Amino acid sequence: MRYIDDTVVMKRMTKRITFNKVWKSLFFLATTFALVTLAILLYRIITQGFDYLTIDFLTNFASRFADKAGVKAALIGSLWLMAVVAPVSIIIGVGTAIYLEEYAKKNRLNDFIRMNISNLAGVPSIVFGLLGLTIFVRMLGLGKSVLAAGLTMSLLILPVIIVAAQEAIRAVPNEQREASYGMGATKWQTILHVVLPAAIPGILTGSILAMSRAIGETAPLVVIGIPVILQFLPNGLLSQFTALPMQIYDWAKRPQEAFQYVAAAGILVLMTVLLLMNSIAIFIRNKFQKRY
Amino acid sequence: MVLGIKEENSIVKSIHTAIKPSADVAKKVVYDTRNLNLWYGDHHGLKDINLSIYENEVTAIIGPSGCGKSTYLKTLNRMVELVPSVRTSGEIVYRERNILDKSYTVEELRTRVGMVFQKPNPFPKSIYDNIAYGPRIHGIKNKKILDEIVEKSLRGAAIWDEVKDRLNQNAYGLSGGQQQRICIARCLAIEPDVILMDEPTSALDPISTLKVEELVQELKKDYSIIIVTHNMQQAARISDRTAFFLSGEVVEYDKTDVIFQTPADQRTEDYISGRFG
Repeated sequence: MRYIDDTVVMKRMTKRITFNKVWKSLFFLATTFALVTLAILLYRIITQGFDYLTIDFLTNFASRFADKAGVKAALIGSLWLMAVVAPVSIIIGVGTAIYLEEYAKKNRLNDFIRMNISNLAGVPSIVFGLLGLTIFVRMLGLGKSVLAAGLTMSLLILPVIIVAAQEAIRAVPNEQREASYGMGATKWQTILHVVLPAAIPGILTGSILAMSRAIGETAPLVVIGIPVILQFLPNGLLSQFTALPMQIYDWAKRPQEAFQYVAAAGILVLMTVLLLMNSIAIFIRNKFQKRY
Repeated sequence: MVLGIKEENSIVKSIHTAIKPSADVAKKVVYDTRNLNLWYGDHHGLKDINLSIYENEVTAIIGPSGCGKSTYLKTLNRMVELVPSVRTSGEIVYRERNILDKSYTVEELRTRVGMVFQKPNPFPKSIYDNIAYGPRIHGIKNKKILDEIVEKSLRGAAIWDEVKDRLNQNAYGLSGGQQQRICIARCLAIEPDVILMDEPTSALDPISTLKVEELVQELKKDYSIIIVTHNMQQAARISDRTAFFLSGEVVEYDKTDVIFQTPADQRTEDYISGRFG
């Protein structure tokens, strides 16, 4: 007595195979939708902004006249911002990840902390902006400076960096740690010589991606009240500055049509910076990732 | 000579000395385990272990999966402490000091007691840096001394001739068997007194296994070796003494030929004749 009836199986076969094709097309459509939207967006921005994207655009300060407007202050300002965000967020983020993964005991309190770091990554950026405004700009009296904005942005991306670094550290096989401990190495020696060298590609990749989020983030800068028309470059950490997304936002909301094109050119500059950072991240990941 | 484990344990408990099978007076004891108990959370992993391990011998620990043999081995260099929920009681006296005492730092213990693991685990560094890792973490910086340690250790692990021309290449480029001998060399580089081996050949092919076994025979002249193995033939081939573990207890511990030819306990006989495990 066979439980499986061949004629029924064959009858269902065509139906099953058709279903498989339907699902495949649905998933393909989903992918196409995302790609087509992206392509249209890029096309619009490039056709609008390309003519304004000249050397002058990169070397001019902001101006009331669209054809004289440039992105210099914003571009340099964004680089200043990164100069604060990178060291602050990486040092604190990686330190936290090392503590949580290597030193902290597995108990409820630490599980709670771990879980909430992931939650922090989902907090809207404008909330971080308000926090930055309250603490760095007002309480600590840093004003609308590079330092205040940089610290705010660091807070914003810190959870992302911590989670990425935790994952990179966790990916180092335990056998590697055991080998080191087995020779009488201390925890710190093991972290320094075994865990970090293996985890650094992952940590750097995550950090660079997090920083490319920070460089494109606008809301916290709006809340802090970063100025947009600046005729000078920042000359120190406490100096005023403006940043690329802020500048683009300002141009985009102006009534004159010409400024729409200037905004598009600004977006192109910002996207070039982003693409550059992401390429570096991918390069590091492919080149230095260790395989066991 | 060998008593049933039950009676022996009761005697041992009262007089606080370990089982000394067919005691040779001449042999020095390296490790003296006294009433060792170990728990993983609620699970009683090791029960009243009493064992004496002798100098310059190969001591094999055999038993079915989950019998506690690896746990016991990892207690000898306190590697078990990496598992957060582990508790122990009793004493393990190594060279006159109780290593389970918190005043004995693991760093000091593991400098004297090296370990070779089941899966070859070289670092993703050059062969040279792998061997020099131990000496470096103990503070040796002199290039000339490091060179000498590297050569001596690689020779000691019988792999010098195979790798001497490519010391700067990544250890991961080597075969599994070579990697395991690199790990043995890395362990020799800290000039240990005892070498713990946790199923060192279970991931290796038969030829590489043979090489490691020959190496173990060579190494016991200078080191005391404790080897956990799944492979009973291996235990019979290379060890001087064998301990049979079952469900966290030492069923029988004696000279290897006694264990394999005239075991005292029925369970030992069943296990070595392949009736279970």
